[in-house]
Order: sequence, then structure tokens, then C-alpha cells
Amino acid sequence: MEFITHTWHWSVAGFLIAMIMLTLNYFGKVFGMSSNLRSLCSMTGVGKKVPFFDWDWKAQRWNLAVVIGAMIGGYVAVHFLSDASNVDINPKTIEQLAAMHIDAPNGKLLPDTLFGNQIFESPKMIIILLIGGLLIGFGSRYAGGCTSGHAIAGMSNLQLPSLKAVVGFFVGGLIMSHFILPLLF
Amino acid sequence: MNYLKYILVGFVFGIILTKAEAVSWYRIYEMFQFQSFHMYGIIMTAIATGVIGIQIIRRNKLKDIDGNLLTIADKEKGSARYWIGGVLFGLGWAMVGACPGPIFIMLGAGFISVGLILIGALFGTFLYGVLKDKLPH
Repeated sequence: MEFITHTWHWSVAGFLIAMIMLTLNYFGKVFGMSSNLRSLCSMTGVGKKVPFFDWDWKAQRWNLAVVIGAMIGGYVAVHFLSDASNVDINPKTIEQLAAMHIDAPNGKLLPDTLFGNQIFESPKMIIILLIGGLLIGFGSRYAGGCTSGHAIAGMSNLQLPSLKAVVGFFVGGLIMSHFILPLLF
Repeated sequence: MNYLKYILVGFVFGIILTKAEAVSWYRIYEMFQFQSFHMYGIIMTAIATGVIGIQIIRRNKLKDIDGNLLTIADKEKGSARYWIGGVLFGLGWAMVGACPGPIFIMLGAGFISVGLILIGALFGTFLYGVLKDKLPH
């Protein structure tokens, strides 16, 4: 079981992610997670007022099924396939995080500083998570895809637009990680 | 029953991303700090495998599950939307360490606080829908 509970090697994970994409291609579908956000918005009936949400989201129900599966997969992996050795990040990273008052992983996937339930008492943390989500939702729809749709599916299909988007992802990510996060924490 | 295979694909996807720790805020931070090869290795292996896979599909004119020729649509041409949208997405990705797939996966794993990211992401998607025609694409 160790080979499952330990952190999976990047080459194994990368290969399997591509197989997920190819499996969806075989089913006649395109890999992309962010369009589910559009479907979820459309399900509320907002399409009557905003034309962007007046589309055939029901043809995308298969993708919502992928989401449900992914949620169950996340539950199983975290609760039954985890190990204290997980998230063994660079000691230098841990030092840097300590200087920002962010707790070390010690096997956890997410830092308590940002994701522990105490954050619901901190307006600052609530706003950080909401704004982060807002940027993700707005940015991925504006760019027409996210990490799965552009970085994996688009790049695999040698799409120039996806390359532009992925360069954008990294420019934005580097600015946040190096210049904005240190101001926030 | 038709949806069962998609639930299964999602299930495996959720386990892969969790066990590869691509859902981890720490791994995303470490990646943007250039302090580990892990995330770059995952993305590059996935792209390399994907490129080879799609070439095999094309050259052998493989068929999909319904027997139709397997084709993958090109992305729409354009620049502004990809650069600007990409940078905005990247800011959010590095801020809360999650992209849309992991948001759902971590929520399923029981991290209630990730629900705030989802609420923000739904509102962001809605906002794009409202502003779409006023934005450069």
C-alpha cells in the first residue's frame, strides 16, 4: 500500500493526468474543469438575464458527473490513502512560510493559517479566499480555460492560444507569490 | 448509467491530483518560488504524454466510443483574452493555491473553508458573463 499512500512521483502523476484527458477524448469530450463553474451559474436560471449563461449547459452534465467523482476521489484519497510523510516540501520553503506565519505541512495538504476552521472568524482570511476564488473564476472564463483546459489539454493539442494563457498563468502566479503574498501575510 | 463512467473518471482524477499533491497550497507556493521540480515535472509529463497521445489518435485516425472519427476542436484565436484572463487566473491560483479541479476535490475531501473559494469563483464566473461584451478579447 505504501506506493499508494506515499506522495506519487511527478512522472506517474503527469502520465495519469494525460490518460484522464485522453479517456475523455475517447468519450468524445474535452478535458476542462472551469466550464463547470459556468454550468453551475447557469443552473440557477441566471441565463434569463445574462445571455452568457443561456447556453446548452445540460449537454455539459457529463462534466458535472466528473466533478462529483473528483469530490469522492478527494475524500477517499485524503481519508484513506494518506500518510504522515506526505507534502514533503523544500525545507527552505518551510522557513519562508514560517517568516510569513504560515504553518508547516507536516503531512497536511493545506495550511491551517489559510484553511483551518478558525478562518471563519477572520474577515481578512475570508476576504482572501473570496478574492482568490473571484480571480480564478473570472480569469479562467475570460481566458476560456484553466490549468486542465489550457495547460494540459490545449498544450497537448499544440494550441497557441493555450500557450499565451499558460504564460499568463505563470506571470500572474509569480507576481502573486513573490510580491503580493508577502504583503498579505 | 451513462454518467457512471464519468463519475469513475472523476474519481480517479481526484485521487491522482490529491496523491500527486497538485491540490496542495504548499505545492503551488513551492512551484512559484522555484523551490521544487515536482509541479513542473507533473505538468511537463502530462503535456508530453498528451502530445504523443493526440498524435497517435490523429495519425491512426482513431475513433471515439460512438465510432466517430476522434477530433479535438481548436481553441478560438485571439490574444487579449488569453493574456489578461491568464494573468488574472494566475494571481488567484497562487493566492489560494487552487485551480478549479482542486477546488472541487478539496471541498469533497472535507475542507469547508475551500467553499469560500468556490463562492468567489462562481461570482467571478458570473461577473465575466455580465461584463463579457465590454471586455477586449
